Amino acid sequence: MGITKWFENRTVLKSVSLEVDEGCISAIMGPNGAGKSTLLKITALIIEPSEGEVVLDGRSCRGPEDQRRVQRRKMALVFQKPVLFNMSVEDNVSIGLRARGVQDRVVRDRVDEIVVLLALADLRRRDPKTLSGGEAQRVALARALVMRPKLLLLDEPTASADPNNASIIEKAVMTAASERGCGVLLATHNPQQARRLAKETAFLFDGQILETGPTDSLLSRPKDDRTRGYVSGMMPR
Amino acid sequence: MPGWDEILSGMVHGLQLILSGDPGVIQITLLSLRVSGGATLLGALVGISLGALLSLADFRGRTFVVALVNTMTGLPPVVVGLVLYLLLSSSGPLGFLKLLYTPEAMVVAQLIMVIPIVASITLSAISSVDQETKQAVRSLGASPFRELLIILNEARVGLLTSVVVGFGSAISEVGAIMMVGGNLLGHTRALTTAVVLLTNQGEFAQAIALGMVLLALGFSVNVLLMFLRGELFSGTLPYLTARRSGPK
Repeated sequence: MGITKWFENRTVLKSVSLEVDEGCISAIMGPNGAGKSTLLKITALIIEPSEGEVVLDGRSCRGPEDQRRVQRRKMALVFQKPVLFNMSVEDNVSIGLRARGVQDRVVRDRVDEIVVLLALADLRRRDPKTLSGGEAQRVALARALVMRPKLLLLDEPTASADPNNASIIEKAVMTAASERGCGVLLATHNPQQARRLAKETAFLFDGQILETGPTDSLLSRPKDDRTRGYVSGMMPR
Repeated sequence: MPGWDEILSGMVHGLQLILSGDPGVIQITLLSLRVSGGATLLGALVGISLGALLSLADFRGRTFVVALVNTMTGLPPVVVGLVLYLLLSSSGPLGFLKLLYTPEAMVVAQLIMVIPIVASITLSAISSVDQETKQAVRSLGASPFRELLIILNEARVGLLTSVVVGFGSAISEVGAIMMVGGNLLGHTRALTTAVVLLTNQGEFAQAIALGMVLLALGFSVNVLLMFLRGELFSGTLPYLTARRSGPK
């Protein structure tokens, strides 16, 4: 059974079913309000579905909070608007590891590695409030990647980034997938980005998946009129 | 009634008493700091915990408890003093504790007034942390206690304000501590109760001196708050960056 979610009288997801393989990047595209962010938050186990369940590593993520926390630790979510805490950039990057009680030496090594990957070395001591949108998005991605998730959930990760920041972010995501075997579910409005990163893409419209398939064929030859309308509006002519 | 001359000369004399380190002024000031400091410390522990519980937990009757806590922020000190007096008097249900007319009874009286203030401001500070930040904290996969610490860290300026406001309320309180402390010289005489007594006795210079100490304390606490706010904005509280060196 797919994921269904309703808020009061409004259904935002209708039996949505998606699969992400290890080491693969899959994209979800769809207009604003289609339910992409809600789907990612449900998958990250931070909001509950009304019906259906998330299955990770073949195990259901239903159950008591302790079990859900164990499953939650296998995932990381980067929000569309980067959420950074009131602490230095370095502490923002390491907070997830520290919150999980990871040994200091391991934290240091992993932070050093991720800081290089996301070109954050000069920003380590900075107050997040002084960062640009793209820099903040890189920090948010670093905090997610440093935890080495099995499943990385990205909600329009380059929405507030300029081309240079976007390129750094995309390379880091591809590295995580190819070198660490991290599965990635990417919500994006950008067809070029979906083509660059995602092998498979699903088109979400009004809480329903209208079609899924290899990214190139879905974007070049959409089967559903609504997908075609969306893609033709988004693609450069 | 004293005129301007008397008020001005009282201020000058008061200043002289403070600068000369008058033992009476020092003793009363130290007692006030001990009582109000103790009440604020305990009130912060209980009030922040209560405020955090009310803002993060979802339970039946929560709205009622929140309304009750908010109402108690305006608790009349004399009512607290009266109830506590009846409880602690020798024939009262807690008379066996023999706390009446002791500094400990004064701490309890101020504590009752500090807790709702700290809890109410904490509740408001945590509620103002936006929903997506709370979701981001949840997504870290931390234990509930760690999650709480991170959220408290996000609300830390509000928490600090709650403690400072709580202290301000405690140190300036007079009615309740007068009733349960008895205003005994050298034992339970605090700054505020001494000012009341000295004014009634026409000892304006001493009363003004103690009033100036009270104002100075209030001012110092606010300066400290401004300093800490500056520091806290640019740093991270130690409990979040605590290093762990043991085996994973």
